[in-house]
Amino acid sequence: MKGPEGMKQKKELILQIKDIHKSFGGKEVLRGISFDVYKGETKVIIGPSGMGKSTLLRCINQLTFPDQGTIWLRDQEVTHHNLREINLFRQKIGMVFQDFNLFDHLDAVRNVEIALIKVKGMGKKEARKKAMHELKKVGLGKQASLYPAQLSGGQKQRVSIARALAMDPEVMLFDEPTSALDPELIGEVLGVMQKLAREGMTMVVITHEMGFARSVADEIIFLEKGKLLESGPPEILFYQPKYERTRRFLFKLTELYGDLNGKK
Amino acid sequence: MVQVMENFIAVYQALPFLLQGIITTLGLVLSALFLGFIIGVPLSVGQVFGSSWTKKFIGIYIWFFRGLPILVLLFLFYYGLFNMIGLNLSAFVAAALVLGLRSSAYQAQIFRGSIQSLGQGQLLAAQSLGMSKGKAIWNIVLPQALRMSIPGWSNEYPAMLTESAVTYAIGVMEVLTRGNFIASRTYRPMPIYLTCAIIFLILSYSGMKILHILEEKVRIPGFEE
Amino acid sequence: MINLEFFLEILFPSLLEGFIMTMKLICWSIPIGLVIGIIIAIGRVYGNVLVSFFSKAYIIFFRGTPLLILLFILYYGFPSIGIYLSPFVAAVIGFVLCSSSYHAEYIRGAIQSVRSGQILAAQALGMSKLSAVLNIVLPQALRRAIPGCSNEIIYLIKYSSLAFMVTCIELTGAGKIVASRYFTYTEVFLVIGAIYLMIVSLATKLLNVLEERASFPGWENKK
Repeated sequence: MKGPEGMKQKKELILQIKDIHKSFGGKEVLRGISFDVYKGETKVIIGPSGMGKSTLLRCINQLTFPDQGTIWLRDQEVTHHNLREINLFRQKIGMVFQDFNLFDHLDAVRNVEIALIKVKGMGKKEARKKAMHELKKVGLGKQASLYPAQLSGGQKQRVSIARALAMDPEVMLFDEPTSALDPELIGEVLGVMQKLAREGMTMVVITHEMGFARSVADEIIFLEKGKLLESGPPEILFYQPKYERTRRFLFKLTELYGDLNGKK
Repeated sequence: MVQVMENFIAVYQALPFLLQGIITTLGLVLSALFLGFIIGVPLSVGQVFGSSWTKKFIGIYIWFFRGLPILVLLFLFYYGLFNMIGLNLSAFVAAALVLGLRSSAYQAQIFRGSIQSLGQGQLLAAQSLGMSKGKAIWNIVLPQALRMSIPGWSNEYPAMLTESAVTYAIGVMEVLTRGNFIASRTYRPMPIYLTCAIIFLILSYSGMKILHILEEKVRIPGFEE
Repeated sequence: MINLEFFLEILFPSLLEGFIMTMKLICWSIPIGLVIGIIIAIGRVYGNVLVSFFSKAYIIFFRGTPLLILLFILYYGFPSIGIYLSPFVAAVIGFVLCSSSYHAEYIRGAIQSVRSGQILAAQALGMSKLSAVLNIVLPQALRRAIPGCSNEIIYLIKYSSLAFMVTCIELTGAGKIVASRYFTYTEVFLVIGAIYLMIVSLATKLLNVLEERASFPGWENKK
């Protein structure tokens, strides 16, 4: 597991995943996953479906509790805490879901500001200002008073990104953010994510979008059958993978999603 | 402890009398549901397919029988209207009639909802095959609408059960009336009334189970919501 | 039969008293029944095993038991175990127990129809489960439950007439007393019927307005 460490020596360790195990109904979906995420890094996780990638992400912000192993945010352990402390950690970890999960009864700006008011205790005016700021950053300033039902899929996902960003998290987790979108809407969401990465946000992304992975990822992790089979920077993993299974998976993906340049 | 034993004995002795009331109660409920059905279906057809006068008239009927409390309806008809037109009915028959008219209003709403959710398409298709409107409604629309209405019925049945108890007010010898009779004789209201409550619970629960089985049996494949 | 004199001097005053009593019954029972219904529904969906079981039992018992029996137990039965309730209080308690169980069912259905991912998202933002339920689920669930709960409120207005059966003299009871004294059942109950129809129509209109005011774009969309 080598990152471009030679070049960036004074990197901060933001997230540490240590030996995570998780079983559902007798079936072990995560069998000892470990990796580190440094500040400003974008980690992309790929792998066959149903193999625990979402579960892994949910272990990081404790929406699911691992059976074994620990998660560390900077120098604090996230696992093994009571609910109140977990809520504090969750404020520092942002999550974007495949199904957006916007709050249907609130318009866009109130979706973004509600956690600021209810969780961080911000005053209404301050929260509104910050929420509008985040919405404008994802390009939806004009849609602030529209309700989720009135937004397109791409717009909904961008609102949910703004909502997570408003909490000023240390790291952002993306669980297949574009899988539920129509093809022509994928671009606008990936664009926002690329901008985030360029601005230095630490990100862990589960995706099938290989073009995105190649251009933005610092390291790609291949998860198969619950184990971390291989990892490495895109240039190495895509063109000289160590394992045959990795190569076969990448081949299948490019057939479906276009080649590594993002073209079909 | 002696108290509890005495209560049990009292209930035990009262049971035959109470259980006879079940026949009355079920008789009321079933005749009301039946009456409500044979009136409600034509009403719903009239509401969806009828002329505007028909719709208005039926609308008023439904508004009347849904808007009034059952107690008021019972008093109005049994002590008032029936006497006025010289109709000398027993309390049971009068109650069954009133409950039936009331149920017809609710059932008409249920069936109307089902018919409307079927949409125009079925009727148009049938007519384009040469069926008259009447035949189309009878053979195509109704069979489907009726099946779809069964879940709505599962609200009607417990409602009818509750309303059958109100007929106590005009002296029908159903379960509650009998319970009251015994309670005032034996001075043990609590155990008797609780027993009545349990009887109704059992009637309610088993009725719902039967409706459930009925719903499964007539379900049209592929129509799960 | 009846003339204007009868109407003004005898019927009207009694009915007015009865009407006021009916209003009192309704105004107490509706809000309390609704609040308890919400609490029971939350307990049923989000409570631990014990709370959920108790809520389920509550709903099954009070939905399956005829209201009249409940009233009898409260008014005629309780004295034998030392609890003496006035007719009004017994009636209100009975109405509250009955309507809250129906409200709980409607609200439970509404809660379960709210897209579950939203709770996850709220928790991911750091909200506690309670906060998520109060701020995200309930606002949507309550709006979805309005048609069902409105229905139940209309029912309550109608079965307020049963208070008469435990000697609380409301509108129907007042009418019966006058009618049986003067043998004018038809006329009296037609008048009473008209009054109830007016109350119910008014209430229905108000609840429809409420439903419209509370809707937000997209609220009919379910899971």
